[in-house]
Amino acid sequence: MNRTALDLWVGIFVAIGFAALAFLAMKVGNLSGANMVDAYVLRANFENVGGLKVRGPVKSAGVVVGRVAEIHFDPQSYEAVVTMNIDGRYHFPKDTFAAIFTSGLLGEQYVGLNVGGDEKMLNPGDKIKKTQSAVVLEQMIGQFLFSKAADGQEKK
Amino acid sequence: MQDKSFCLLRSLGRWVNNALVRMGFATRFALAVLWLSGTALRRFQLTVREIYFTGVLSLIIILVSGLFVGMVLGLQGYDTLQRFGSSEALGVLVSLSLVRELGPVVAGLLFASRAGSAVTAEIGLMKATEQLTAMEMMAVNPIARVVAPRFWGGVISMPFLAALFSAMGVFGGWLVGVILIGVDDGAFWSQMQAAVDFKEDVVNGVIKSFVFGVLVSLIAVFEGYDSEPTAEGVSNATTRTVVTSALAILFSDFILTALMFRGG
Repeated sequence: MNRTALDLWVGIFVAIGFAALAFLAMKVGNLSGANMVDAYVLRANFENVGGLKVRGPVKSAGVVVGRVAEIHFDPQSYEAVVTMNIDGRYHFPKDTFAAIFTSGLLGEQYVGLNVGGDEKMLNPGDKIKKTQSAVVLEQMIGQFLFSKAADGQEKK
Repeated sequence: MQDKSFCLLRSLGRWVNNALVRMGFATRFALAVLWLSGTALRRFQLTVREIYFTGVLSLIIILVSGLFVGMVLGLQGYDTLQRFGSSEALGVLVSLSLVRELGPVVAGLLFASRAGSAVTAEIGLMKATEQLTAMEMMAVNPIARVVAPRFWGGVISMPFLAALFSAMGVFGGWLVGVILIGVDDGAFWSQMQAAVDFKEDVVNGVIKSFVFGVLVSLIAVFEGYDSEPTAEGVSNATTRTVVTSALAILFSDFILTALMFRGG
């Protein structure tokens, strides 16, 4: 095996190796979509975050506009504080409404931002005032059964 | 009776002592390889030759195995997922299992049996035919000239081979899932992209494959260098390379997984 052929083969090997890595990064992983431009931070208090996870999506009108950066428990107010990184290209009015939704029946949970009509915008680090906590399926079923039972007793 | 128990204890002691001596020798050998790597990196042509023998010639087995592992994952994953009505999550299942675990581990096992054993046999035979001694006579350090390039060739090849294995596996899973069974193409890729994180999954997979590359290459060159200079000794060393590499890969994979994906 002479030297030029050897170099050529090793060159091809390294090139397709890098191509495979690029494929894994771009097509399989979410490197192309993950880099947000100048992300800024918003906070929101929720009574119950349900199954929301760190790195879960923040969506507005169904489009991913950011990611959940941190979730912790506030011992003063007994609420969950959710810190979100929002893409710097998007700004939201002061009276934006944050709610936790579930995509599909068993899908992952995400923070949905419903845009209000205020002229003033939320600044980086601001807290979203109006929130709605996650819907816990067990509680809903429990309430439904309870109201059904109450109905049945009234009719007797 | 007493004689017998003494004899047993003595053989246990001998076994532990031998294992410790060998471990110490292996550590000093690893340090010597790193210390004498200058030649292998300065005269890079030596290492390029080894990348050809360990990396390029392993391509066929890695690519074909990757394709078939991915296709089997596609079939089996679909069979289980469609019971829960979530067959679109097939892409997530295939890509996560390949990128995190199967890619580095199976590529590492194949690499150990395809390339590691060859390196051991080559160095062992060089020792048996006294080529290494002849080099020392000519004031050429065999660790710098023979061992270090083979070590670095393996270390450089392994991450590429693992990445190719994973990429080929994802392609195989796509082939079976989308083309053969008819899972929706868009959902297959978009769910995969939503679930696979570049830093958490892809980079950790590459780190794993790098660690396995270092382990397998080190075990291969050490077993070759340490082999008894007889035909039987070389064959034993080759067997030991494959067995020890496989155990080292699986054991360190558990440790790395516990460190990387703990809870998440």
